[in-house]
This record gives sequence, C-alpha cells and structure tokens, in this order.
Amino acid sequence: MTVTKEQIVTWLEETAVVLNENKEYLTELDSPIGDADHGINMTRGFNKVMEKLPTVADKDIGNILKTTGMTLLSSVGGASGPLYGTFYMRAGMAVMAKEELSNEDLYKMLQAGVDGVVQRGRAVPEDKTMIDAWTPAMSALKAAVEAGDDTVTALEKSVAAAEQGMKDTIPMQARKGRASYLGERSIGHQDPGATSSYLIINALLETVKGV
Amino acid sequence: MKKLINAVDDVVKEQLEGMALAHPDYVKVHFDPTYVYRADAPVEGKVALISGGGSGHEPMHGGFVGYGMLDAACPGEVFTSPTPDQMYEAALAVNGGAGVLFLVKNYTGDVLNFETAAELAYADGIAVQSILIDDDVAVKDSLYTAGRRGVGTTVLAEKIVGAATEARYDLKQCADLARKVNKYGRSMGMALTSCTVPAAGKPTFELGDDEIEIGIGIHGEPGMRREKMKAVDEIVDDMMAEILDDGPYARTVREWDNEHGEWIDVELIDPPFEAGDEIIAFVNSMGGTPVSELYAVYRRVAQICEGRDINIVRNLIGPYITSLEMQGFSITLLKADEEILKFWDAPVNTPGLRWGV
Ligand SMILES: Nc1ncnc2c1ncn2[C@@H]1O[C@H](COP(=O)(O)OP(=O)(O)OP(=O)(O)O)[C@@H](O)[C@H]1O
Ligand SMILES: [Mg+2]
Repeated sequence: MTVTKEQIVTWLEETAVVLNENKEYLTELDSPIGDADHGINMTRGFNKVMEKLPTVADKDIGNILKTTGMTLLSSVGGASGPLYGTFYMRAGMAVMAKEELSNEDLYKMLQAGVDGVVQRGRAVPEDKTMIDAWTPAMSALKAAVEAGDDTVTALEKSVAAAEQGMKDTIPMQARKGRASYLGERSIGHQDPGATSSYLIINALLETVKGV
Repeated sequence: MKKLINAVDDVVKEQLEGMALAHPDYVKVHFDPTYVYRADAPVEGKVALISGGGSGHEPMHGGFVGYGMLDAACPGEVFTSPTPDQMYEAALAVNGGAGVLFLVKNYTGDVLNFETAAELAYADGIAVQSILIDDDVAVKDSLYTAGRRGVGTTVLAEKIVGAATEARYDLKQCADLARKVNKYGRSMGMALTSCTVPAAGKPTFELGDDEIEIGIGIHGEPGMRREKMKAVDEIVDDMMAEILDDGPYARTVREWDNEHGEWIDVELIDPPFEAGDEIIAFVNSMGGTPVSELYAVYRRVAQICEGRDINIVRNLIGPYITSLEMQGFSITLLKADEEILKFWDAPVNTPGLRWGV
C-alpha cells in the first residue's frame, strides 16, 4: 500500500482543520507552563500553509512539504516555528521528486523530519517537548513497517504510541524551552508541543484511513 | 484592558509606522517581512549589527537603530520572537560587505529563529556571527533549564558593540567584544505589577496589591519568589546581593562557525564581581515605573557599591528595555575595562539613545 501525493495534500489540509479546532485547547495547555500562544502560533502558520498549498499542489511530495516548512518558518515564530518548519523541510528533502510513498518511504520521511527537530532544538526524551510524542511514534512506526503491516495498521500503532508519549509528558519536569524556567512547577501539565505533534500524526492516520 | 491601540492585530505595525514617521532621518521600516533599519544602510565596509526579539520592550530594539548602535532590528509580535525571514532579509539589506553580527537574547524562540537565519545568510555567502546574551541571574540553574535569559546587558552590548562597528572592528573582533560584554554583565529584575499583552487582553500574571515578584525576566516570566511589598532599599539590597554574590556562571552555548559553516559548542564562564572592579551601572524601568523612583533605586545601588569598593564609573538610568506598562525595575552591572569604556563613551545617535553628537 502506498500514500499518494493527493493524500499528503489532504493530510496538510486536515492538519490545518484540526489545529484550528484545537486552537483554544493548545493555547490553554500553553498557559500554565508557557506563554499561552501555542495554538495561536500553530494556526497562524497552518492558515498560511493553506493559502500557499494551491500554488504547489501539482508539484511532487518533496516540494509540497518543503514549501510547507518554509511557510511555517516565516509565519509561526516562537520556538515551535523553526522546529516545525525544519520538520517539514527535512521531511520533504527525504522524499524529493516522489509522487507516492511506500511504507518505508513514509517512515524515512517522518524520521528525517524528527531528526531535524532534534538537531535544531537539541531536546532529548523526557525534556517535556514535542520529541516525547515523536520518539515513541517513530519507534512504533519503524517496528510496524519492518513487520510488514499495512499503512493504516502501522500508522494506528504509531498514533497510539504518540498519544501515550503525549500523556507521559504530564509528570515530566521541563528542561527545554520556556517551561523549563518553572522548574518543578512544570510538573502535572501536558506539553502543548507534544500535543500538536500528536494531532499532526493523527491527522495523517485519519487521512490515510479516509480515502 | 485599557490601551492606546486601534485593532489588536495592528499594534506592532502601527507602532512601527509611527516610528518611521517620527524618525525618518534615523530609520526606515520595511514590511513583509518586518524590520527596522538605518536610513543610511548599508554602510560600506562596516560590520552590520542586528538584533531583534518580541515587541513590547521599546525602545529596545528598534529605538536603538542608528549611528553607533544597531544597523537593523527585527521586531516580532508582542512578546513573540520574530521569524528567520525577517532576520535574513534584514541581513541582506544592511550588510556593508564586512559581515553581519546577530546579538541574540537567550530565549528558545529567539535562539532557534536566529540560528535558522544565520544558516540562510551563510548559504548566501554573507559572513555571519551570532552571540548570545544570557545575563539574568534570577535563573540559577543552567543544566536543567534553557539557561539564563537575555535582559539588560543587551542594551549595553548593542551600544558598545555598535560603537566598535563604527570604529571598523572586523567581524571577529565585534563578536569577541560582544562575548566579553555578556561575560561581564549581570542583571536582575523585579515587578510591582503585571502587564497585559494586547492579544491576550488580560494580565500575564496576577499580583496582589501588596505583593511584588522578584527575579522576573522581561515578559512576566515567573520570578524566583513572591514577597510582600517592602522599602525600596530592602528590595535593592536583595537584588544587588543576587548580582554581586553570584558565583562563576558556567554553561555551554552554540555559536556559528562561519569558516566551516556549522554550529559549535562553546564553553563560557562568567567571573563574579570583585572589590576594585570598575562598572557601568544601569537602572532600568520596566515601563510603568517613573524615573523619580529609579533615582531612589540608583541611590541605594551607589551606596552598596561604595560599601563593597566597587567603582561606578558610568551609569544609565531610564526606561530602555521594558515590559509594556509593567511597574518595576531591573539592575544591570557591567564590569568595564578600557575597551568597553571607550566604546561606551563613543558617540551614539539613535531615537532611543543619543550622546556625543
Ligand atoms: N528545544 C526544543 N526542542 C523541541 N521542542 C521544543 C523545544 N523548546 C520548546 N519546544 C516545544 O515548543 C512548544 C512551545 O511552542 P510555542 O509555539 O508556544 O513557542 P514559545 O516557546 O512560546 O515561543 P516564544 O517564547 O518565542 O513565544 C513546547 O510545548 C515544546 O513542545
Ligand atoms: Mg508559547
């Protein structure tokens, strides 16, 4: 089974919808341990991506994702702007010129994106960041792809792991970003970036399931 | 919320338009992407000094664009870091052929966006260096946090390094000087009241009528501790003790290696203040505190320094790095050697800081 270019476009559209639906929620999560802007930042970025998408929708997957990354880079700001911007740019570079993705391609693409986030932000697991959603999501996806699962099953496993990873940020003490200044007071709150990352992976699953 | 604004979304844009109208001899403002730059930029053969960060700290940074200070400033939304395209295009606009130095306050958002911009500028063949300002002693721990925040020393660094660019220091010399100013500078802030980000519409944090927050940054970050209101001398005593008794501060920061085109880890240690030091003392209003009260602060600062045999050789008093309408103040002490003093005294001609011209 493969993921088509049309599905990648739908994924991005679906991501914009879901982030807009969760704008207040993400901003609320960012209040006790941040500066209450994560939902505002993410929707500002993805609404810009929606404006740009029609101009590149006929290009290959790599170019579509690269444009998405560039757009986020110049519109999100904050810590998450360069991180998500890097994510989509690196993901795009990993699948340049492709019109459809095998499960291996899909894994390689997402892993390249996550590697970019780690390089830029230098977070390690348990720093209470988006990496805590991505790390388990990628391990689960890798295992599923290697086991020969179909795309939906593989993504289902990955999303379940991302959701668990997101929830696991609640008891963590933040060591990166704005939340780190709170020290122990950051414990007991779910990380907004891990939450938006979960929503992004889940949007991919929903897209692949839906078509 | 009572504020002198039109629409919340237009706050930064309209403020910059006003600035461009008020100071056409000094600055121009470019929109989409947004940056403020010297009216006479690019200055041929001079290192271009660029800073930026969230808006709401005026006059920093836009007010410090002009002769002897910044070549460009990149303002983000209120309390939100700007984006790499702003910094990158500002760099293209003001590069006079001698390279660009980014002065970056240590906030994760600012750091990551400036890092991306440095890579973009480098890819375009512009020589670039990036120096971090991390001087807020209210942050004790550098291992399990994002490190000390960049506050008051930023203003002093922009002045001193800006003067060095006018003296035609090359890029490496400018970067070394900026690193030294950061190494010698320490700051501490406090708040009497909160402040309201226009887009949020309500105060960033709640503070009781009889409460003060000690150790805040410049965005209403949570401080070190909350206390009952007390006499200004007692407040200053506490803050000066935090600054003067702060031990060596060691941490690893990332700097751009322009030769190899990669980020490298640099180990830095800031030495503590010592008896006999000559310093520049900077008493800054968070926006809502009147200058009269700043002088009450300065009085105590001067007394304490005298008691410790620390010699204040220059001072700066006023609202220079603010947090919107917040009442409160910060103290920055900068150990000043001959080179730092020479560039501090050099002429500066910007909307926000002006002498010797
Ligand atoms: N170094 C990092 N690596 C990975 N993720 C990070 C890092 N620092 C912060 N984050 C993520 O960014 C999220 C916050 O993003 P947000 O859009 O709110 O930016 P911000 O930190 O408020 O930026 P700013 O301070 O400039 O407003 C956090 O929840 C966390 O998941
Ligand atoms: Mg935030």
